[in-house]
Amino acid sequence: MGKIVKVLKVISSLALFVGIWELIVLTGRYEPSLLPSPVKVLEGMGELVKDGTLITHFKVSLSRFITGYTVAAVTGISLGLVLGYNKKVWEFVEPVVQLLRPVSPIAWFPFIVLWFGIGDVPAIIIIFIAGFFPTLLSTVSGVRKVDPAYLNVANNFGIRQPHLLFKIILPAAFPMIANGLHIALGTAWVFLVAGEMVGAQSGLGYLIIDSRNSLRSDLVLAGIIFIGISGLVLDRLIKLLEGYIERQWGVSEGRRN
Amino acid sequence: MYISIEKVSKAFTLKDKSTLTVLDKVDLYIKEGEFICLLGPSGCGKSTLLNLIAGFDTPSTGTIKINGNTVTQPSIDRIVIFQNYGLLPWRNVIKNVELGLEAKKLKRKERRRIAEEYIKLVGLSDYKKHHPPQLSGGMQQRVALARALAVEPKILLMDEPFGALDAMTRMHMQDEIERIWQEKKKTIIFVTHDIEEAVFLADRIVIMTPSPGRVKTIIEVPLPRKRDRTSLDFLKIKDKVFTEFNLK
Ligand SMILES: Nc1ncnc2c1ncn2[C@@H]1O[C@H](COP(=O)(O)OP(=O)(O)O)[C@@H](O)[C@H]1O
Ligand SMILES: [Mg+2]
Repeated sequence: MGKIVKVLKVISSLALFVGIWELIVLTGRYEPSLLPSPVKVLEGMGELVKDGTLITHFKVSLSRFITGYTVAAVTGISLGLVLGYNKKVWEFVEPVVQLLRPVSPIAWFPFIVLWFGIGDVPAIIIIFIAGFFPTLLSTVSGVRKVDPAYLNVANNFGIRQPHLLFKIILPAAFPMIANGLHIALGTAWVFLVAGEMVGAQSGLGYLIIDSRNSLRSDLVLAGIIFIGISGLVLDRLIKLLEGYIERQWGVSEGRRN
Repeated sequence: MYISIEKVSKAFTLKDKSTLTVLDKVDLYIKEGEFICLLGPSGCGKSTLLNLIAGFDTPSTGTIKINGNTVTQPSIDRIVIFQNYGLLPWRNVIKNVELGLEAKKLKRKERRRIAEEYIKLVGLSDYKKHHPPQLSGGMQQRVALARALAVEPKILLMDEPFGALDAMTRMHMQDEIERIWQEKKKTIIFVTHDIEEAVFLADRIVIMTPSPGRVKTIIEVPLPRKRDRTSLDFLKIKDKVFTEFNLK
């Protein structure tokens, strides 16, 4: 019952949005090239799906995304574990991290192109930069917030490095790391498109730029909608993973008494 | 003597550089297999003393010796059981009990067998696959107990282990720890601020007073086991302890 209501809410919210959009178009005050009608955009979406353009670009984007995000996750978590555990080193590194973190990955673009040329690599590096900082920072703070009681227990039972890291610290910090990975995913997806708009000849971002260049605003909007949907799906997938972790970690379980 | 605590003092340096003396020349000698309760109001240094015996911290002056060897670091021979259980929530019951066994060089199968044996000992065989947050406080403390016993320590150091439990569960757990103590012949140092708990469990009750923490008196409890909490002899000893704390 509750599920049906939820679905109805989502549908009516979207319908209302599309309805207002259509009404604005019907007033005829805006040129179709400036504001294409929902029907036009739907047709555009159909076109992109049918001729395989969408799937081609989507595959390219996704593989860049997976590469950049995975590298960001692995390096962010590994470095985060080391830096979180070594307070002195972290105090030394933190100012630099805090300085670099607020810089938009796009700002690095001139250097990225100079160093790596064009093609897949710039987009991957932009995704990497976007995903790296949230992962690193949440891992560091996750490690530093590990309950000292766990460390005492480990110490008492004679658990030494590297087991201490893998059996105690990593799992204890994991809920926070997973949260960082979630944030990183959203940020990285946003910057994937931005990266592909400035430096690529393929991918969803490129699809939008290409459509603009051929004055197909319906396809631009179609591309935007696809990007939104895939971002949403990715977000839901990582939420499922998070939920699984929370259950496994016993965070959200009901207590018995 | 099995455990010798000789003139042990402990002072902490506070943030404002002043020192706080928490333990002052504590002398205590414990026989092997003895059940000792450290009893005193909160803040009198019971946990501090227990941590020193565990080896989590070192005395400012004085020494703690076990079997003639000075304690300098924690050891798997002395396992501490905390009030908040210290279980790892991401591991299920059996994996929690296996934790200490993993540091010993045992085969997987052997670990499993030992863990199951101790889970059975504490009566949790039906909950092997549960995660700690799914269990009640009493059950969690049983898991912690099984995990401690599984590595076959000679000494159990228990810091208000039943402090978070309701009165009924608490009494069940007292019965349980007494049964296990008799079966496994451990030396137990048990911190509590509950007078009845101390009289029920202890061979000797070490009464501590605060600021700075000192041993005030040691009361022998020569009652046979299992003790009857309502018997006259029991109440007499309880009375004696009350008198020590000027609660009468
Ligand atoms: N690491 C520490 N630094 C400073 N003061 C401490 C520290 N540990 C304990 N104390 C102080 O020592 C006193 C005794 O603490 P504790 O041993 O925990 O008492 P109890 O377990 O009997 O309640 C308290 O006043 C506490 O604030
Ligand atoms: Mg205490």
